[in-house]
Amino acid sequence: MTARVLLPGLGLLVAVLFLAALLVGPAGIGPGESLAALLTGRGEAVTLVMREIRLPRALLAAMIGASLGLSGAAMQGYLRNPLAEPGLIGVTGSAALGAVIALQTGLAGAVALALPLAGLAGAGAAVALILLLAGPRGSAFTLILAGIAISALAGALTSLALNLSPNPFAAMETMFWMLGSVADRSFRHVWLALPFMALGWAALATLGRGLDALTLGEDAAAALGIRLARMRLLLVCGTAASVGAATAVAGAIGFVGLVVPHLLRPLVGAQPSRLLFASALGGAAMVLAADIAVRVVVPERDLKLGVLTALVGAPLFLHLIYKTRREGV
Amino acid sequence: MWGCVRRSRIVAAALLWALAAWPAMAAPPERVVSINLCTDQLAMMLAAPGQLVSVSALAREPQSSAMVAEAMRYPVNRGQAEEVFLLDPDLVLAGSYTTPATVDMLRRLGIPVVTLPPATSLDAVSDQIAQVGAALGRAAAADRLAADFEARRARLRAALAERPRAALYYANGYTAGDSSLAGEILVAAGFENVATEAGLAQGGALALERLVMLAPELVVEGARYPGASRGEALLAHPALDGLRRAGARTGGDWACGTPHVLRAIEELAAIRETLE
Repeated sequence: MTARVLLPGLGLLVAVLFLAALLVGPAGIGPGESLAALLTGRGEAVTLVMREIRLPRALLAAMIGASLGLSGAAMQGYLRNPLAEPGLIGVTGSAALGAVIALQTGLAGAVALALPLAGLAGAGAAVALILLLAGPRGSAFTLILAGIAISALAGALTSLALNLSPNPFAAMETMFWMLGSVADRSFRHVWLALPFMALGWAALATLGRGLDALTLGEDAAAALGIRLARMRLLLVCGTAASVGAATAVAGAIGFVGLVVPHLLRPLVGAQPSRLLFASALGGAAMVLAADIAVRVVVPERDLKLGVLTALVGAPLFLHLIYKTRREGV
Repeated sequence: MWGCVRRSRIVAAALLWALAAWPAMAAPPERVVSINLCTDQLAMMLAAPGQLVSVSALAREPQSSAMVAEAMRYPVNRGQAEEVFLLDPDLVLAGSYTTPATVDMLRRLGIPVVTLPPATSLDAVSDQIAQVGAALGRAAAADRLAADFEARRARLRAALAERPRAALYYANGYTAGDSSLAGEILVAAGFENVATEAGLAQGGALALERLVMLAPELVVEGARYPGASRGEALLAHPALDGLRRAGARTGGDWACGTPHVLRAIEELAAIRETLE
């Protein structure tokens, strides 16, 4: 399949899933009535449900999916390693830690922007640490080991911060921060996260040419005029901003950045620059689909998104490890 | 209305008789430790001076306790078997569902434990007072407290032409239905509970969307705790901005089957009058 068909196809898929996400919910309103209320504001309660509850939820799912897919594709391209994924290497876990600290210290209550900024700081620290430990030529082994250590530490510190909270509900929310959910998030969260995500997307989108050159090796890329240090900085900032803001409002959703680039890579002809945009759309589709599934499969239980993404992602991860070992990388 | 008083007296009398028939209970306990929020409060109201040695730490938390100031006068415990044992009690008061492991351990150590089930209705209050009173050997005080409660409760009953629809909404989207203490407080204050309309007479999770669609005239929020949680952030969701809240909030008065529930009913009824 060529990119000419792929991108419109993915765009259509996202649009259909976005519409479906708007129509699914416990209130049981008919599709016609729902859309009429969304567009014209007819019917006070229905309009409120559509505009204040379902619309921000669907928007956040799409934005978060795009951030995770895009940053997964960018990191895999830069590290030339299909296992580099924000969740697996501890970036989302660290972002969640930053967000939890901002919330529990009361910083996020005092200054609204503190929440996405703290998520960004956590994510940024983790990406920088990973690049430092794994290096541009780092083996898959180093990358995954460093990721395990960072994830474990961030997870433990998140649990600690939640357990020390004076709020009795906070400790029960460890699961939300570890597995992620967009249930009952509002436009407040959309507006908090969107500027940071947009900056991150812009930074990551500029990496395309450099990533293509890197497939020839670092020396060849340098000879083509690619400045690796600058690329690394953009990668750290772009991933930190988009994944940090996403995690700060919705918790850590894993495996999206692993599954989506893996599925789309054969379709774009193994060209990292083309994979970036396709992965952003694919990620949005995956998280939207997961968020529809949690509402359809077990509507009463507030199932977390990370459960579904892991059910798809973890087997693929094991498969990739097996393949990497067989190839002797 | 006097039927209730009489019934509670009969229950208390029956309990008294049962206890009098039990040989060892002739002497009232001298060192009583309470490890449950609700027994804490009933014991503080009923115990003789010096009889109650310690109450649970929850009794000092304003979100759950109606008797914070009184609880400051007692040393608090965290309900662990070891620390309770070291207090050398001759009676421990506990809840019947919380901490079963602790209760088992204390009983194995030879300490008598009386457990009290959580009250799920206003009718249960007098029974609970009688049970704790009997355990403390303070039946006369319990009888006075229960009679006073029933008299005040009877005065609060009013015939209402119109009952506004209201919802109880707690962190994580939980609601309480008619067959709960909070639900009975809501009805006693002159409201109709929308949870029952939604098929949740027993209470349970009520999705934010469904609450908005039910459009109650008042939302009574759960008590807020310090720190932050996503569960409580739900109560600040902009979709609820259109629903009236009028500062109605559950709290310590709502948590236990004690006469303090009357204060909750009075406050909520006052809010109902401002709605009209």
